[in-house]
Amino acid sequence: MFGKLDWSAIPISQPIPLITSIVIILVMLGVLGVVTVKGWWPYLWREWITTVDHKRIGIMYGLLGVVMLVRGFADAIMMRTQQAAAIGEAQGYLPPEHYNQIFSAHGTIMIFFAAMPLVIGFMNFLVPLQLGVRDVAFPTLNSVSFWLTASGALLVNASLFLGEFARTGWLPYPPLSEATYSPGVGVDYYLWAIQISGIGTLMTGINFVTTVLKMRCPGMSYLRMPMFTWTAFASSLIIVAVFPILTATLAMLTLDRYVGWHYFTNTAGGNPMMFMNLIWAWGHPEVYILVLPAFGIFSEIFSTFSGKPLFGYRSMVAATLFICIVAMMTWLHHFFTMGAGAAVNTAFGISTSVIAVGTGVKIYNWIFTMYGGRVRLTVPMLWSLGFVFTFVIGGMTGVLLAVPPADFLVHNSMFLVAHFHNVIVGGVVFALFAGLEFWFPKAFGFRLHEGWGKAAFWCAFFGFWVTFTPLYIVGLMGMTRRLQHVVVSAWAPWLYISVVGIVILILGAIAQVIQLLVSIRDREKLRDLTGDPWDGRSLEWATPSPPPFFNFAVMPNVEGEEPYWGIKLRAVETQQLSPEPAYEPIEMPVNSPVGFYTAFFASVFGFAMIWYIWWLAILALVAAYAGFAWFAWRDVHEFEVPVEEVARVDRARRAAREVFLTQLSSQEVLP
Amino acid sequence: MSDMGLPASVGAIRRVREDPHRLGHRAHGAGEDMEGTGHGTSGPATKRIIVGYGFWIFLLSDIVMFSCFFAAFAVQRGATAGGPSIGQIVDIRRVGFETAALLLSSYTCMLSFAATNRRNLLWTQVFLFVTGLLGLIFVLLELQEFIELAGKGITPQRSGMLTSFFGLVGLHGLHVTLGGVWLATMMAQVQIKGFRREIVHRLICFNLFWHALDIVWIGIFTIVYLIGSGA
Repeated sequence: MFGKLDWSAIPISQPIPLITSIVIILVMLGVLGVVTVKGWWPYLWREWITTVDHKRIGIMYGLLGVVMLVRGFADAIMMRTQQAAAIGEAQGYLPPEHYNQIFSAHGTIMIFFAAMPLVIGFMNFLVPLQLGVRDVAFPTLNSVSFWLTASGALLVNASLFLGEFARTGWLPYPPLSEATYSPGVGVDYYLWAIQISGIGTLMTGINFVTTVLKMRCPGMSYLRMPMFTWTAFASSLIIVAVFPILTATLAMLTLDRYVGWHYFTNTAGGNPMMFMNLIWAWGHPEVYILVLPAFGIFSEIFSTFSGKPLFGYRSMVAATLFICIVAMMTWLHHFFTMGAGAAVNTAFGISTSVIAVGTGVKIYNWIFTMYGGRVRLTVPMLWSLGFVFTFVIGGMTGVLLAVPPADFLVHNSMFLVAHFHNVIVGGVVFALFAGLEFWFPKAFGFRLHEGWGKAAFWCAFFGFWVTFTPLYIVGLMGMTRRLQHVVVSAWAPWLYISVVGIVILILGAIAQVIQLLVSIRDREKLRDLTGDPWDGRSLEWATPSPPPFFNFAVMPNVEGEEPYWGIKLRAVETQQLSPEPAYEPIEMPVNSPVGFYTAFFASVFGFAMIWYIWWLAILALVAAYAGFAWFAWRDVHEFEVPVEEVARVDRARRAAREVFLTQLSSQEVLP
Repeated sequence: MSDMGLPASVGAIRRVREDPHRLGHRAHGAGEDMEGTGHGTSGPATKRIIVGYGFWIFLLSDIVMFSCFFAAFAVQRGATAGGPSIGQIVDIRRVGFETAALLLSSYTCMLSFAATNRRNLLWTQVFLFVTGLLGLIFVLLELQEFIELAGKGITPQRSGMLTSFFGLVGLHGLHVTLGGVWLATMMAQVQIKGFRREIVHRLICFNLFWHALDIVWIGIFTIVYLIGSGA
């Protein structure tokens, strides 16, 4: 009846997952209880769960990403402390089978459920605003994408309480991940969680490629698009090109495990190295999916806070597309040790080194953007400067690893671990915090507290270096990754220093939380009345904060690069706003529960497959199809915003802008 | 920036001119005068173009997925583990009929869309039905092939080659089957709702999907069956 699921699935004998999951369940019940008692369900359902508004979906992506970031960070703390506590005779506090789940969950959660949702959240929130349009190409599909990602996150976290998670690392290498060697449900949790959320990501990619290519406001030609939109577009192109590879690879491993096929087995003609090639043909471009939008965020910040157009805009576009293409030609450097021979290794070593050229172009462009500008050292700018410093060093260790003979020495060592954290934390995570600080007022209508933001940055910056510099060193001394127990006591001092680093990082995380709480308390004082708190340059700053659900009362007409800067300049020069436009009614897509509905049955289907509950899996599929047919029968797809409402909202915006204009003119914010 | 047509003051113009980093900041040139294509000057494209374009992007991603299964077949083609080789399991006659049915269905699918463009409900439905029927014949023939092979103990569990064979051919068969379910749903929608705007958009997508499956099948027919039968 319930397949493999019985009472033994609950980890009674393991206190850490048991207590953690009980706490999580209590917190969730508490939240649900508060929502029910306060009667917030209708509001949540109407305004958030069924919303197709790209800004709301972006915020929900962000929320999911932040929660999962905390979960992944907890795993990181356990790993660093376990390694420091298990040197020589000491065994630490985590048994091997639990430790293996933790490093697998850490990587899986950080990449798929923290970094990806946050990056996609920024894309969702910003791309339509920056393009001057009212929504993405497929708003309902967008909601489906989000809820499928949330469904995958739910399954990963369910493994904490029911059964186990994979012990195979964040990429389940066969033959270890085959049914013979990993008979439990751990790998199945991994497969179905990633498969479901991966489909959501693929649809996001399709959505944004179509949005950028086919939906831009009048005059927004390609070389007028803001840099963030360009990088989001490049990232979406990579998603469309490589996420199907992930889907295919996971499907193959699933067939191996469930019905005994031989794609990757080490018997009967299976080929485990085929898995490495396929998964990294997805996995390497994946890091560029994450880091390209991060580059976009930094580009916007450097230009805004230097008070200058981005230096070398066109070379920046070229470098982005260069990275977009070369990203797909470097996957083999993840397994130089496979034995593909000198010629193949050399080719991939070169392609890997060459990609640093594109990144180098970007670094110089950012530095030259600051040169000769009026640099304002705000919190987003601090993160960006910290990024340049950190990322350059991470990039250099990467080029070092790109040389095959050198790679043989440090393959799968802590040096590698330090390298990819150096680029992902220094590149992606710093960008996400910078972007959060930068666009928070646009999303919520008030700025974040400056002092606590600076504290968070300095803790993260120093915490990062104190944590990972020792790992570079122990890596060079020969320490391999994923060690539950450390035999060489000479490594001990470095591992202790690394724990000090993680304590500083914890302080940084606490500073972030305090910053948020203090900012919410002081929100009236930090309120952004103008919609343009940073003296911005692209179209999202032309809207009020937060923007109305239709973004723009009248679609902007773009007459040059940096469209909003041009509008602002003209207003200051002529001392008046552009004349009030003729308002027209606006058609907006109606809300739809189809995303939530699909994700619900996707979760049920995934759960049923993990536990071999076949009848439930079939039931979920049938219900999902019935639901789809039902929603496809819907006749009303759009509703009309009456012209009075459009005019009312936009006149309020114009009134605020009038005040802003007099401020600008008197304070001479503009040079 | 100064040649953007802004009524900029002397100060603003001077500031821009003095900016040493004007590289790449010329105003955008003329051109892009096509209407409704989403290329820049005229704003977002029409819904029809957006839907069709988005579906093309999806099809590209679907073809990438197929390419992984093609690659797996190429890698494992010789991995027979002492079992039958690809040449021993190919029945080229039946595959010929399968191919004929599928290619013909693509033709009738196109005919149905020609009828849709003339807003002719009867012929749209007739040709959609014929398309579905030919698709069904294709799937049944493939199923017969699989069952016969399984009867001889030739299953995916036997060897890496057979795994990748059944995986690639089966994935295509699954696509055709799901396409059939979609087709039936579309026929019901067309019948009840008529040629509403979004129904026609869905028919465009369905057509693209069905033709794409044909293209993939040409690849399978050539690489798996034709080349395989010579092995």
